[in-house]
Amino acid sequence: MTIQNIVTQLGGGMLKTILLFFSTLVIALPLGLLVSFARMSKVTFISKKFKPVRLLAQIYISIMRGTPLMLQIMVVYFGPYYLFGMKISSSYQIYAAIIAFAINYAAYFAEIYRGGIESMPQGQYEAAKILGFTKAQTFFRIILPQVMKRILPSITNEVITLVKDTSLAFVIAYAEMFTMAKRIAAKETSMIPFVAAGIFYYVFNLIVAVVMNRIEKSMDYYK
Amino acid sequence: MKMLEAKELKKSFGGNEVLKNISFEVNKGDVLAIIGPSGSGKSTLLRCITQLERIDSGEIVICGDTLVKTDAFGKAVYADKKQCAAISRHLGLVFQNFNLFPHFSVLRNITEAQRKVLGRSKDSSEEIARKLLKKMGLADKAHSYPCELSGGQQQRVSIARALALSPEVLLFDEPTSALDPELTGEILRVIRGLASEKMTMIVVTHEMLFAESVADRVIFMDNGNIIENGTPEEVFKKSTNERTKAFLSKY
Ligand SMILES: Nc1ncnc2c1ncn2[C@@H]1O[C@H](COP(=O)(O)OP(=O)(O)OP(=O)(O)O)[C@@H](O)[C@H]1O
Ligand SMILES: [Mg+2]
Repeated sequence: MTIQNIVTQLGGGMLKTILLFFSTLVIALPLGLLVSFARMSKVTFISKKFKPVRLLAQIYISIMRGTPLMLQIMVVYFGPYYLFGMKISSSYQIYAAIIAFAINYAAYFAEIYRGGIESMPQGQYEAAKILGFTKAQTFFRIILPQVMKRILPSITNEVITLVKDTSLAFVIAYAEMFTMAKRIAAKETSMIPFVAAGIFYYVFNLIVAVVMNRIEKSMDYYK
Repeated sequence: MKMLEAKELKKSFGGNEVLKNISFEVNKGDVLAIIGPSGSGKSTLLRCITQLERIDSGEIVICGDTLVKTDAFGKAVYADKKQCAAISRHLGLVFQNFNLFPHFSVLRNITEAQRKVLGRSKDSSEEIARKLLKKMGLADKAHSYPCELSGGQQQRVSIARALALSPEVLLFDEPTSALDPELTGEILRVIRGLASEKMTMIVVTHEMLFAESVADRVIFMDNGNIIENGTPEEVFKKSTNERTKAFLSKY
């Protein structure tokens, strides 16, 4: 295998890692907000104490956080075959990886959103109500922007973890960076692919840290 | 003309009866001061009028529109949602701790509701906001953020924010209690100025001298009841009620 060959193969893995990373964020960030709404739902059923929507969200979050992500990826990938006898093609790998990551990260994001939303002072809601804002206007114009500022450090932590977690997709042989590095290293009996992968993850996270820091700074204009 | 009529308001939290039987009226252009010890139900009363809380029974009429009345079974029946929203447009409320929106500039704090709630244009809402800021002595603070202002300045912004929606009655819940003593004067001056323009106002306050000199009517509340309702002279000078005298002697 030539150097050039190794670089192209690792490069392909790199792109797939980046694809998985951004797809996960694009789905999990809004999905997490929806889950946090469900988690805080006041809808009751039969008795005043029984809140079915909230309970479902609680169960979902607890399973997502209480079991290994690696296992979840395998369940999403192999589930259709074991459960329904569906044939799985390798083109399903990318979807399975994105679905598994998105629903897992949505659970973590939901808890972060909830913490942020619950920390907002009641006075903000009351002022908005007195001024005549609708509930949707109040949430999206007044509450959410402030929540975002409050939770940004926690979101940054999760995003940095996500960069590293993408390597777990190797369990379904999704050809991301780590899978490729492993393959090439075995074939060439060389450490270099691993070193290259390490550098890639490190630089990726460095960029994430810089970007998140910029976003945090851009919200520094108020307390 | 009556701007506000409250009849036999009752409100409990759990088993705690906070408003026991409150009836009063406010005429157009009048300033009503509400005084009374801590926990007597003053804030709860303002919150019931402004729909931040719901009453258990009684009747509230605001600018001729019935917000809530009591049915034959003694239960409060509110107007429909749209009507409730329309009625709340008659009122403005200034909070003790301002509750400005920290992520908006001073200008946007004052324009946002004008645009999104009243549907005014950007230009006309900014013109109104700038006029009000000038009136509040804050013309140069339009582009500041609330965290860059003193408490007194923040409270003046919150008064401008309420006035921008042209309320017919402006309510204040201890507008100076969160301020350093040297900053209370600037807020009281603003309220005094509004009173001279014949703005109808209800002011919950612990500033007795202010209540005495600015109010047309004074209500003394204690333990969920109105003990006195009269002119400042009647309440501050001529009251024979023991509880009123005991309360006032602390000031
Ligand atoms: N949301 C609530 N839930 C339960 N109890 C409440 C609530 N709001 C007020 N109370 C109770 O109602 C009573 C009256 O409170 P309120 O805030 O109206 O008094 P206040 O006259 O405004 O007092 P202060 O001068 O301290 O502001 C108090 O005993 C208070 O504990
Ligand atoms: Mg109070």
